[in-house]
Order: sequence, then C-alpha cells, then structure tokens
Amino acid sequence: MKRKAGPNYNWYGWIFISTAFLLYLIFTIYPAGASLMLAFQGMDGGKYVFTGLNNFKRMLGDTIFLQSLKNTFFYLIIQVPVMLVMALSIATLLNSKVLKWKGFFRTSIFLPCVTSLVAYSILFKMMFSMDGIVNQILIHFGILDAPYQYLQNSGWARAVIIIAMLWRWTGYNVIFYLSALQNIPKETFEAAKVDGANAFYVFFKVTIPQLKPIILLTTIMSTNGTLQLFDETMNITQGGPANSTMTVSHYIYNQSFVYAPNFGYASAISYVVVFIMIILAIIQFGVAGKDN
Amino acid sequence: MKEKNMKLLRISIIHVFLVIAVVISVFPFFWMITGATNASVDITKGTMKLGKALKDNWSNLQSSANILQISWNTIKTTVIYTILSILICSMAGYGFEKYRSKGKNIVYAMFLLSMMIPFSAQMIPLFKMAAKGNMLDSHIAIILPTLAMPFLVFFFRQSFQSYPNELIEAARVDGANEFVIFFQLVFMPMKSTFAAAAIYAFMKQWNNYLWPLIVIQSNEKKTFSLLLSSLASAYYVDYGQLMLAIVFATLPIIIVFLTMQKQFVEGIVGSSK
Repeated sequence: MKRKAGPNYNWYGWIFISTAFLLYLIFTIYPAGASLMLAFQGMDGGKYVFTGLNNFKRMLGDTIFLQSLKNTFFYLIIQVPVMLVMALSIATLLNSKVLKWKGFFRTSIFLPCVTSLVAYSILFKMMFSMDGIVNQILIHFGILDAPYQYLQNSGWARAVIIIAMLWRWTGYNVIFYLSALQNIPKETFEAAKVDGANAFYVFFKVTIPQLKPIILLTTIMSTNGTLQLFDETMNITQGGPANSTMTVSHYIYNQSFVYAPNFGYASAISYVVVFIMIILAIIQFGVAGKDN
Repeated sequence: MKEKNMKLLRISIIHVFLVIAVVISVFPFFWMITGATNASVDITKGTMKLGKALKDNWSNLQSSANILQISWNTIKTTVIYTILSILICSMAGYGFEKYRSKGKNIVYAMFLLSMMIPFSAQMIPLFKMAAKGNMLDSHIAIILPTLAMPFLVFFFRQSFQSYPNELIEAARVDGANEFVIFFQLVFMPMKSTFAAAAIYAFMKQWNNYLWPLIVIQSNEKKTFSLLLSSLASAYYVDYGQLMLAIVFATLPIIIVFLTMQKQFVEGIVGSSK
C-alpha cells in the first residue's frame, strides 16, 4: 500500500504556498500594477484621467526632481564603493589568523547594523549639530575655533549623510564578506603561498575572484538600498538645505503626502526608480559575468 | 630576528586598525547612553560622563509622550508581525521546496523578481486600499501589507533543501498528515532557521518607518520610529529626553543581538549561501 508522491500531493504544495501567494497578489502585485497605471494618469476635474506621457515629460523640467536624482546618484557613486572597500578590508583583517579577541572585534563592528534607521539618523543629526559632540571634540583639539553648522551647508550636509550611512552599513556588509571568506577552502591559500606569492597578490588574484558572487550581491543590495534612501535624509536634514540632500524616494513621499497630493506624478517617478534599478542590476550582472 | 619583528609589526597594525574601527562603531552608543543620563545643557557642553538627570529625562519624556503606550504598540505590532510572517513564509518556502506542484516555478520567479520593486512604487495604492478598507490609523494596516516577504520565502526554501526527503516519505508511509509532518517533524530540527528568520522579521518591523509614517496619524497609535522622528523635529529639542527615547528604542534589539548573534548573522547571510 505504498503511496507515491504523486498528483494528490501537488495540492498540498499549493495549500502551503496559498497564504503567501494571496497576500503577495493583493499587497504587492496589485499595488505595483496600480502604480504603473497611475504613472500615466493626472488629475482633471477631481478625477484621475489618462494623460499619456505627461508625467514623464514634466520630470524633465522639474528642477527639484532633477536635483533629487542627482543627489541620489551622488550618494550611490561615493557611498557604495567606499563602504564596500572598507567592509572588505575590515572583513579581511577580522579573518586574520593572528587576530586576538576575535569575538569582541566582531561583535563591536557588527553592532551599528542593529540600530533602527530613524534612531541612528537622529543620533548623527545631534552629533553633527551646532552644539553637538563633533564640534566640541574638534574645538577641544584646536582644529576648529568656533562651532560649524554642517547641516546648513549643502556639501557638508551630504557628507554627514554619507558618514552616517557608512557607520550604519559597513558592519552589515562585513558580515557577508567574513562569512564568504570563511567558506574559501584553506588549501587555496596554501597553494598560493607555496608558489611564493605575496599577501597582496593572494588577495587580488585568489581572494577577490572567490568573493565575486558575494561582491555582486552586496553591490546590488547597496545600490537598491541607496536608490530607496528615505529614513536618513528625512531625519537628518529633511532634504535641506535647499533640497541639496533630497533623495528621489524622499521627493516621491513629498509629492504624495506632504505637498498637495499628486499620486500620478509620484507614481511616474517611482517607476523611473524601478527602471534605474533594473538597468543598474543588468549592468552589474554584465560586468560580473564578463570576467568569468 | 628581522622576520620576527616584521611579523610583530603586522600583528600590531591589524590590531590598531580594528581598534580604531571598534571605537568609531561603539562611540555613538556610548554617547547615547551617557546622554540619556545627562541634562540637555550638559550634553551640549560636551560631557561624556554618566550624569544624574536620568530621572528628569524620564519624567520629561513621559510628559511629552505616552512612552508605555508607544512601547506596547511597538512590541505588539512587531511580535504579531514576526509570528505571522515566519509562519506564512516558512509554509510557502516548504511548499516550493518539497512539492512538485505545477506552475510553482513561475510563481516562485515572480516572488523573487518583486524584490526589485521598491516600496515607493507600491505605497500609493496601498495607502488608498487602507483608506478604503477603513484601516488608516490602525495597527493592522502596519502589519498586513508586508507579511509575505519574498526574501524570507527564499530563505526558507534554501534552508529546507537540507531537510531529508526520506524522512517526509517515511512519515507519509506511517500515515501522517502533511501539516503534522511540517509542524511537528520539520519544525523542531530546523529551529535555528526559524530563529534566524524571526530575528530578520523582528528587526524589519521594529525599525519600520516609512509605511507607519503614512498610515498612522494619532499619537496613541505611534511606534518608536514615529515617536523618535517627531521628538527630533520639534522646535526645541531636549537632548537628554531624546537620547533616553533612543535608548528605549535600541536596547531591545541590542539585547537580542548580543544573546543570539549566531542566528542573527545567519538571518543576514542566509540569502547568500
């Protein structure tokens, strides 16, 4: 009387999947589709009507939108590479055989990535405010004569956001790199050492190629995270001064819920973000694939 | 001798670099904890010692917000969300991995692709749905939309690969019901997978900000993220009070992290294995 894992079990498979699938259809697929429709609609006489590409044309002349796009790419181009290089370096040090107190170093370096995005944003806002600890330390050591208003200067305000993000996310990426480093078979390194290769050669010719999939993963994750950056700019600078730190996601939020609501236009911008994310992911996969 | 010195130098450099990294990582926590015990005036003077204003900060915080209510709101939404989402996502992951249902792979691919859709491209229709369903300003509205997390479905599917099919087959031969097999047979040995997923979901909801900001309006319904954000954007910011609030919002997660670091790391890295 042995039953086979035949057709009748297929139904169980669907039953197990059904709750997640239903929720997913209602709360992900439907909203994403409805947003896409909204992207081609505008208000006319209190109702949303089809307006073709009007929303997309409007973006080209919207200086705040263009500024927010520029800012987002600025964060992306500066913060992501700096963070990933730092994370990889720290992970390599943490993986060193001669390192003492490994547990202590790891725990301390992972610690920032448990703080809530709002909490650390506010903490950094306070640290870099006029009477914050950064000014006090710099004055104490004679580097500054008087407190400086970092968040009132557009260049410095962007720098503070990048510094804050580096603090919060570097340890998070270290976790990925460290676990990948630990998975590289020891023989790989020993073989290179027998051949008389020096440490730098081993790192660039042995370690990095082995870590390629994880570097790709962290790059895509950080890119997507940065393109959706909101909590930090909202709580550190509110997008100011003069929109110089505003991100695209922040602008979408403002267009939807702060200014007079313009759901059509906001949706159109959100699909520009989707489009950029897909293009960047394709490029990143392409670059990673080419070297193989 | 020279070689030995070189080695010593290398070890020292590694340690010095990491000590600097640790100081930078830990300093904001240190500043936050000392700040919570000092009066605003002292914090702005740059004190970094434990002070005596903890009680004052606490009573100030209580007068500007119902902190117990907000703690309860945050705990309630986070715990309910964590339990439901790991239940739903683990079942889905199991369904995808252990059954050969038709059309399954297309659905799974859809799940994975939707990780590329940013929340901003979903939030406006979600907001409209919440408004239509009379769910604005409710905790259900915070919990419901993100229960089916593609990442967790993926994570569970990957993890269930290691559970032997033979054991499931054997249980079936013994006449066990499919749900009994999942909840009794599979759950126990995979406990650490569930713990890792729970930590992931817990963190996500505890720190959730943008969506609650959109759907929650009244002060009695707020969670920690919303409280912190509104305290920090007040015209006059009381540093001591704000830092105490940040300590409240951060401490539970730090405790979870310190006690379950292994599962925590697994929950983060699980995706990349």
